[in-house]
Amino acid sequence: MFQIIRKQELAKGTIIKMDVNAPKIAKKIKAGQFIILRVNETGERIPLTVADKDEFAGIITIIFQIVGKTTALLNSLKAGDLIKDVVGPLGKAAEIENIGTVVMVGGGTGVAILYHMAKAFKDAGNRVIGIIGARDKELLILEDEMNAICDELVVTTDDGSHGQRGFVTQPLEKYLDERHDIKLVYAIGPIPMMKFVTKLTKKYDMPTMVSLNPIMIDGTGMCGGCRVKVNNEIKFCCVDGPDFDGHLVDFDELELRNATYIKEEKDSLLASIR
Amino acid sequence: MLDYDVKYLKFKTYLNTYCPHCKNTFNVEKKDHKLISFNAVYKGQETELKLSPYLDIFEVQTSIPIAKDDKLDDVFCPKCKKSLVVDNMECGECGSKTAEIIITADSKLIPFFICLKYGCQWHGLTKADERRIKLKIPRQEMPEQDQKIRATNFQEVPFGLTSELTQLEAGRCLQCKNAKCIEGCPVNIDIPGFIKLIRDDKFDEAAKKIKEKNVLPAICGRVCPQESQCEKYCILGIKDKPVAIGHLERFIADYERKMDLVKIPFIKKKLNKKVAVVGSGPGGLTVASDLIQRGYGVTVYEALHETGGVLTYGIPEFRLPKSIVQFEINYLKEMGVRFELNHIIGSLYTVDELLENFDAVFVAVGAGLPWFMGLDGESLINIFSSNEYLTRMNLMRAYKFPEYDTPMPKANKLVVIGGGNVAMDCARTALRTGTREVTIVYRRSRQELPARHEEVRHAEEEGIKFKLLTNPIKYIGTDSNKVKAIECIQMKLGEPDSSGRRRPIPIEDSNFIIECDLVIVAIGTGPNPTIFQSANGIKRNKRGYIEVNEKTMETSKEFVYAGGDIVTGSATVIEAMGAGRIAANAIHKKLSKKKK
Repeated sequence: MFQIIRKQELAKGTIIKMDVNAPKIAKKIKAGQFIILRVNETGERIPLTVADKDEFAGIITIIFQIVGKTTALLNSLKAGDLIKDVVGPLGKAAEIENIGTVVMVGGGTGVAILYHMAKAFKDAGNRVIGIIGARDKELLILEDEMNAICDELVVTTDDGSHGQRGFVTQPLEKYLDERHDIKLVYAIGPIPMMKFVTKLTKKYDMPTMVSLNPIMIDGTGMCGGCRVKVNNEIKFCCVDGPDFDGHLVDFDELELRNATYIKEEKDSLLASIR
Repeated sequence: MLDYDVKYLKFKTYLNTYCPHCKNTFNVEKKDHKLISFNAVYKGQETELKLSPYLDIFEVQTSIPIAKDDKLDDVFCPKCKKSLVVDNMECGECGSKTAEIIITADSKLIPFFICLKYGCQWHGLTKADERRIKLKIPRQEMPEQDQKIRATNFQEVPFGLTSELTQLEAGRCLQCKNAKCIEGCPVNIDIPGFIKLIRDDKFDEAAKKIKEKNVLPAICGRVCPQESQCEKYCILGIKDKPVAIGHLERFIADYERKMDLVKIPFIKKKLNKKVAVVGSGPGGLTVASDLIQRGYGVTVYEALHETGGVLTYGIPEFRLPKSIVQFEINYLKEMGVRFELNHIIGSLYTVDELLENFDAVFVAVGAGLPWFMGLDGESLINIFSSNEYLTRMNLMRAYKFPEYDTPMPKANKLVVIGGGNVAMDCARTALRTGTREVTIVYRRSRQELPARHEEVRHAEEEGIKFKLLTNPIKYIGTDSNKVKAIECIQMKLGEPDSSGRRRPIPIEDSNFIIECDLVIVAIGTGPNPTIFQSANGIKRNKRGYIEVNEKTMETSKEFVYAGGDIVTGSATVIEAMGAGRIAANAIHKKLSKKKK
C-alpha cells in the first residue's frame, strides 16, 4: 500500500497532482520513466508518468487528468489515503546528455512529464527553451515550475486566455527559423500535438523525441497491448519506450489504437456513478 | 514354469480355444451366441459340455443333468477324441484334476486349464501366472461438467476423481520395481510409492509422499502434460492406457486441502544465509520452498500485483482455479517465504544490488514477451497477443467487467492463431465470454498440435472449430482500423524439420479469407529484456535466453542461477519446477561451502 502524502488540484476538477510515498521507486526513477498504479482490488492498472521525485523524502509526484473511471477513482482519494499498488520504474530512462540547446514542447498533462525531463536536461547543463500549451488558462499546468528551470519559456493557449493565442507549433516554428543552435526538440502531449510538432520539425530536419502513452496493462513487456509502429517495426512502448524518435512513429495508428476502449470506458464510468 | 506374459488377459476377454493335440478350435460362433464346446464323460455317459468363451463368465451347459460338486470323468476333443485331462495341473481352488486347452492371448498360444469339478468356477492358468493376471480395470477418467453448460461458465471442467474411483485407478498400477514413471517426472516424485499409499487407504501419507518432491501437487495434477511425462513411461501404456497418475495426484492434493490436513513443517535449523528469487511462477516457488525448508531466508520478488506468475496471469480459472494457486502459495508464506509484490528486478533493483544483500539469486522470470508474426495489418485494433488477452481475463478479471474495471475484449467471430495450450486457453476463455464462433488456425495438422490432448478434446467438445494446415498471411481492416478478416493460405506438410515435426509448406494460390472481428495471436513468447537492463555479466544465447550450466543452473555470473522459461523458452510448469529443484540443490551445495 502506498500512501498519498499531498494532493493538489492544478486545474479545477480536471488535472490533479499527487505526492505518493514510494521510497524505493523514488530512489530509482529517472526522467522519462513511468509507473503503473492500481487504486484498489477491482481496479485497472493504469500507466502514469512521474512529474517529479524526492529521493530523500521517498516521494514521487504524479500528475493526471481525470478522463475515465480509474482517474476519477484516484481523484476520490485524499491525502492520507492508500493506493493499492504502485509499480515502477518502468520504461527506459530518457538519454540525457549535454548537447547544447534543447526545445521542450509540452501540451496538456504532457507538461507534467516534460517538466521532469526539462529539469534533467537543465541539470545536465543544457540551455532549455520551454514551450507549453493548453486549451485554456484553467488547464495550463506547472507554468511557474517550468519558468524556474527554463532559460526561456513561451506559453500558448488555444483561446488566448493566457500567453500567446494559438498552438505550440507556432512559437516552435519561430524558434526553428530564428535560432540555429537548437540540437533537439522533445515533444510530450496529446497525440495530435506530437504529430504536428514532428511534421514541423521534419521540415527542418530537426531531431525530435516524443514520449508515447498507449494503452497498457502490465507495463512490463508482457502483453504487447502497447505496441506501436516505429519505423515500420512493432515496438512495445513499455519496454522499448516510452520515448521514441518522433519522425519514425506511426501516430495515426497509435491514435486509432488508443480509441479502442472509448465505449467501455464510458460504460465503466457510468456504472461507477450509478 | 511358463514364461509368457498374460497380464493383458482382460476381464471378459473373448477366448479363442484350441485342442492341444489336433489344434481344432472349440469355439462355436452362432448368430446370437458364442460358446466353447467339448465332449465330456459323466458317470459313463457321454455329453456335450458348453462353456462361455468369455474369461470370468461362468456359464456351463450340458446335455445331461450333472449334480453340483460332482466331477466329470473325462473331457475330450470332439474331433480327435483325445483326452484333455492332465496330471500335472490341479485346480487352484478345489484341487481336482483339470483339462488343458490352448488359448490365444497376447498373440501367443498358451495353455489354459479348466477344473473338472462341476460348479467349481476355477478356470485359468498356473498359480504363478494367476498372481500375474491383472483383471483389467479400464483407466478411470474424471467426471466432467457437461460440455454445453461449461462453455458458459468459468468453473473447472473436471470434477476430479472420487475416493472410490481413485482406489480403483490406483489398483491398476503394477508397482514396478524399476519404475520408469519416476524418471519421466521432472521432479522425480515417488509415483509407485504414493500410489501404494492410496491403495492402503492412507491418503494423508500419500500427500506427504508427493510433497517430499513437489510443493505444488494440486497445480501439477491439473496442468502437467502427463501424457508426455510420467504417464508416457507407464508400462501399462504399451498395450493399454497408462495409469492416470495426474488424476491421482490431483485427488490426493485436493483431499489434503479439503480435509484440512495440510501441516506446515517446522523448520529446525535456521541458516544465516539469504536467497533472492526473481519471479513467483512455478520455478521460483520451487526454489523458495526447497531452500526455506533447508533453513535459508528466502525473498521472492514479483513484478505484478499478484503472486503465481503464469499460474495466475496465464492459465484460466476453469483450468486452474486461482484459489488453489493462492492456497499453495500461502503454504510457502506460512513456512516463512517473503513475497515482495510490484518489484521489477532490473529496474527497481538490479541483480547486482540483490547480490549485495543476498548470498545467491535465482532468476525465474519466464518468457513473457509475446511474439507477433510481423504481418501486414497486425497492429489493427482487436488483434491481441495471447498474453494481453489472458492477462486481461485472468489477472485483471476482465470477464467480470464492469465489476472489475479492466474492459473485456468482445467479439462475435474470433480467431486464435496457434495450436498450443495457450491457444486453447484463449479460445475456451473467449467461448465462455459469449463469443459466438471461435476458430483455431494452426499451420500444421492435427497430429502436430502442441497442446495437451485433454485440452484439445475439451476445446473440441465445447464447439471450437479447428482450421488446420492454415497460415495467416495478412490482416484486413475496416475503415475504422478494426480487423475484419484474415487472409490465409493453405499449407501441406513436408519433410520433418529440426524440431522433428513435419515442416508446413504453403500451397501456392490457395489463399482464402476468414472473416472475424477479433484475433488472438498465440504463437509463443520470448525473453523479456527488463531483467537484463542492468544485469551485466549474465550470458545469454542467440535467442536471448540465459545460458546456464545444466547440472547446477548457475549462470555465467557466480551466485546467480536461472531456470524455467527464461532458460529453455516456453515450456511446462513442471519443467520449470524441475529446473528449480536442480538450482535449489546446487545453491545449497555452493552456499554450504561459502563462509560467511
